[in-house]
Amino acid sequence: MIQTEGLKFAYPGSPEVLRGIDLEINDGEFVAIMGENGAGKTTLVKTFNGLLMPSSGRVKVDGTDTHDSSVAKLSRDVGLVFQNPDHQLFSETVREELAFSLRNFGYEEDTIDRRVASILETLDLTRYAQSSPFVLSGGERKRVALAAVLVWNPKHIILDEPTIGQDYQQKDRLRNFIVQLSAQGKTVIIISHDVEFVAECKPRIILLSRGLVIGDRPAEDILTDEALLDRASLTRPQIGALMHQLRNYGLPERTIDVYSAEQAILNALGRKE
Amino acid sequence: MSIVQANHLSFTYTGASKPSIEDISIGIAPGEFVVLTGPSGCGKTTICRCLNGLIPNFYSGDFAGELIVDGMSVKQHTTAELAPHVGMVFQNPENQLFSLSVERDVAFGPENLGLRREETRKRVDWALDVTGISPLKDKPPYELSGGQQQRAAIAAVLAMQPKVMILDEPTSFLDPKSALEILEVISDLNKKLGITIILVEHRLDIVSKHANRVVVMDNGRIVLDGTPKDVYGEHARLIGIGLPRVTTLFNLLQRDGIRFAETPTTVDEAVDVVRKMLIR
Repeated sequence: MIQTEGLKFAYPGSPEVLRGIDLEINDGEFVAIMGENGAGKTTLVKTFNGLLMPSSGRVKVDGTDTHDSSVAKLSRDVGLVFQNPDHQLFSETVREELAFSLRNFGYEEDTIDRRVASILETLDLTRYAQSSPFVLSGGERKRVALAAVLVWNPKHIILDEPTIGQDYQQKDRLRNFIVQLSAQGKTVIIISHDVEFVAECKPRIILLSRGLVIGDRPAEDILTDEALLDRASLTRPQIGALMHQLRNYGLPERTIDVYSAEQAILNALGRKE
Repeated sequence: MSIVQANHLSFTYTGASKPSIEDISIGIAPGEFVVLTGPSGCGKTTICRCLNGLIPNFYSGDFAGELIVDGMSVKQHTTAELAPHVGMVFQNPENQLFSLSVERDVAFGPENLGLRREETRKRVDWALDVTGISPLKDKPPYELSGGQQQRAAIAAVLAMQPKVMILDEPTSFLDPKSALEILEVISDLNKKLGITIILVEHRLDIVSKHANRVVVMDNGRIVLDGTPKDVYGEHARLIGIGLPRVTTLFNLLQRDGIRFAETPTTVDEAVDVVRKMLIR
């Protein structure tokens, strides 16, 4: 479990980026943190793995205050995948990139081989095992960065804007993968402003604006709340916008994904006949 | 007369086992708004690099065929010669801005064209005005929000007064509202100034209402080319193109046996179609 109490954070000499955040994220939960550019989303998750320490208040991971934990332990329990993969990748080959942390954690070579192979397969990267990460496309490098964190099997996984530069099929794959992780009891936290992706995943949404939590509810509630979306510089997902405009025709407004909308329209047509 | 004309264009990066783009032939007329899409690795970025001459001038490899932009063959002109004709805006504006003020960044291009001071002044003011960031001209770019930075990056390209603008996923780092605003700015450049737009984008949900042409690439080739309505069908879905959600919805409804005249590609069209079905 990840908890924050009265969490505030300011970079030296700057105004507070986080202005008092109280949250509880349970094991196995799937959460999307959304909000405008500069709302404090990335700063918030950096306090979860001890990269940043609160200016005041506290962050607890599995019951231990991050102040009292070591960065080594925290980074093993909380895997953070950065938005920009180039801030993370440094090895000669994709395979080496993945094996690096496992060697540091002292795993046997054959375990390392097995784990690396399995993660490469899951993320559709096997054919690049011997390539340099730097010749890959932006979207592919992002998947390598994700693989490099997943390979050591952290308990809580944080993905900062995982869908940027990914095509539709890769997003689909990512969504299925997140569902799997959360079924395995892992906490998955994504930062995203991709409203279409989030509308299809339907996680719990924590909505940040100017360093404060302004909404913390299921996706169907947040992504159909015009006032909240407006404050956080978000827009309705396309299906949400359609159903909103059709609300006076007896269609359910709180519908944000294609399949629910299909059912709702079929029902409405059936009722009419 | 096309402003962009490719004839049997192919390019293979040095050391690559196969061409990144293969036998591309396409003509783009002045004033078109073209969305270029396709799965990761399909060759979109390579085409963009050809259009502004980075290929073959900076990337080594096998260049075959011909590409003419605004009357200039990219093979026979340097990127500096091409720059006033074709402007390029990238995904992350931070990679493009480097000066201590927005105004300096926007002035950089025209100054390097060797324009007179007054002409540079005029163009900078105009570009800042068109992109709506005149009040920010004295600010350092790193103090701006993501959306403001992308406007500054567009202004910097605009000040060169290019006839063609290529934008490679220019909104993917922006929050959704800023993204829609940037797309409005781009649409205005197209509609009001007649600039030819080539926009690379995966997210067809947000760009379809602006585009009059969608070009889909797969494995280095152009596989579909037409209006959004022509292109957003079964073939596109099978390649793995993320069709707009409303289009997907109506494809599902059609499968369910629901009939309607035309498959919508935007929310507004979809609203109309459902209304008609319900009051019929």
